[in-house]
Amino acid sequence: MKPHLKPEEAVKLIPDGARLMIGGFMGVGSPHRLLEALAQSGKRNLTVIANDTARPGVDIGKLIRAGAVSKLVASHIGLNPETQKAMIAGQIEVELVPQGTLVERIRAGGYGLGGVLTKTGLGTIAAEGQQVVEIDGEKWLLAKPLKADFALIAADQADYSGNLQYQLTATNFNPIMALAAETVICEPREILPVGMISPDVVKTPGVVVDYLIERAA
Amino acid sequence: MKPEEIIQRRVARELKPNSLVNLGIGLPTGVAKFIDEHANVLFESENGIVGLAAKPPEGMDDPDLTDAGGGTVSAVPGAATIDSAYSFGLIRGGHLDATVLGALEVDENGLLANWVVPGKMVPGMGGAMDLVTGARRVIVAMNHTAKGAPKIVPKCTLPLTSIRRISLIVTDLAVIEPTDDGLVLRERAPGVTIEQIVAATSAKLIIPDDVPEMDLGVAA
Repeated sequence: MKPHLKPEEAVKLIPDGARLMIGGFMGVGSPHRLLEALAQSGKRNLTVIANDTARPGVDIGKLIRAGAVSKLVASHIGLNPETQKAMIAGQIEVELVPQGTLVERIRAGGYGLGGVLTKTGLGTIAAEGQQVVEIDGEKWLLAKPLKADFALIAADQADYSGNLQYQLTATNFNPIMALAAETVICEPREILPVGMISPDVVKTPGVVVDYLIERAA
Repeated sequence: MKPEEIIQRRVARELKPNSLVNLGIGLPTGVAKFIDEHANVLFESENGIVGLAAKPPEGMDDPDLTDAGGGTVSAVPGAATIDSAYSFGLIRGGHLDATVLGALEVDENGLLANWVVPGKMVPGMGGAMDLVTGARRVIVAMNHTAKGAPKIVPKCTLPLTSIRRISLIVTDLAVIEPTDDGLVLRERAPGVTIEQIVAATSAKLIIPDDVPEMDLGVAA
């Protein structure tokens, strides 16, 4: 059986200054209870790699409001004015990355690739400081891999061995991040006996998941 | 007819039956209202769904079924959900027939700026750069001017979204096509004159002998 923890216990594994990947898209498919516990834990100087920071005070927005984040790598912060304010005030260093490039950088990190070549961002300010690679006369932008200390992800169903399946648009970055971090902590909506999730619908094999978050009391 | 309805109805006529289309949040989202349901235009959203449909009635929505703005939606029969890597594979890989999105500026070279106003509004590009770089057709749907100031300009002053030329501009006044030679005025909105369009545009327009009124499918 996979080790299982309460959210408050899981956040004790995460030190100040840790580098986190957090699943979700505007909070949809984010590990809600884990983020609540992390925001309350008083952690500092976290680096967060995520698509966005949701809305003020919601999911990753809780970490922003708590002052827990010093660096953010994301594609969109437009729906969270608190993140924008913290960025402009210099409290959070923000690296904005096109969404498709962000997910490919995470995928490259998890899949053991040295990077990805993309046309996205080429010739724009998003390409500043990045390497342009010419192959057979065609120009591409080199997007380098991203890795993290922890991936905090959410799933719809987990079984006792940590096999995961996702639901609808709550899938998003979660299965990609599950390969790109040293330690993977998943908060499933439901935990089932082994065998109740068909092997064909398992999207993340339990072998890459380190901890499951127990159901709410 | 309201300006945004003119834009939405005209853009709807650009979307081909059996095509896969991404509609941006805001004005472009409303294009879906004007698509013939028998045309089988499939809408996708970059957060990971092919076949999204309008928001269901209050209380029938699912927090795990959303569009790229995080708002709840429903889905058509035959819809599929995908992860973010697959989603952008569809977009960048040439599998998306069209993307419809708004603009801050479009210029004489057909280049688009729509994601940042440095020092003022820095929301991030989200999926816009991938969409504009990867979709087969990029259709800009926007009001012709912002607070009276032209948005179709000689050269974008704001940071570009992509160095790829967009396919078509549809506004409440006109349909304009970026070409190798420059911006060609293709159509006028009902009741709008060429002079009015030129006055509201700071970019140079190429004006053919015949510039017909838009066909909106209904009387304006």
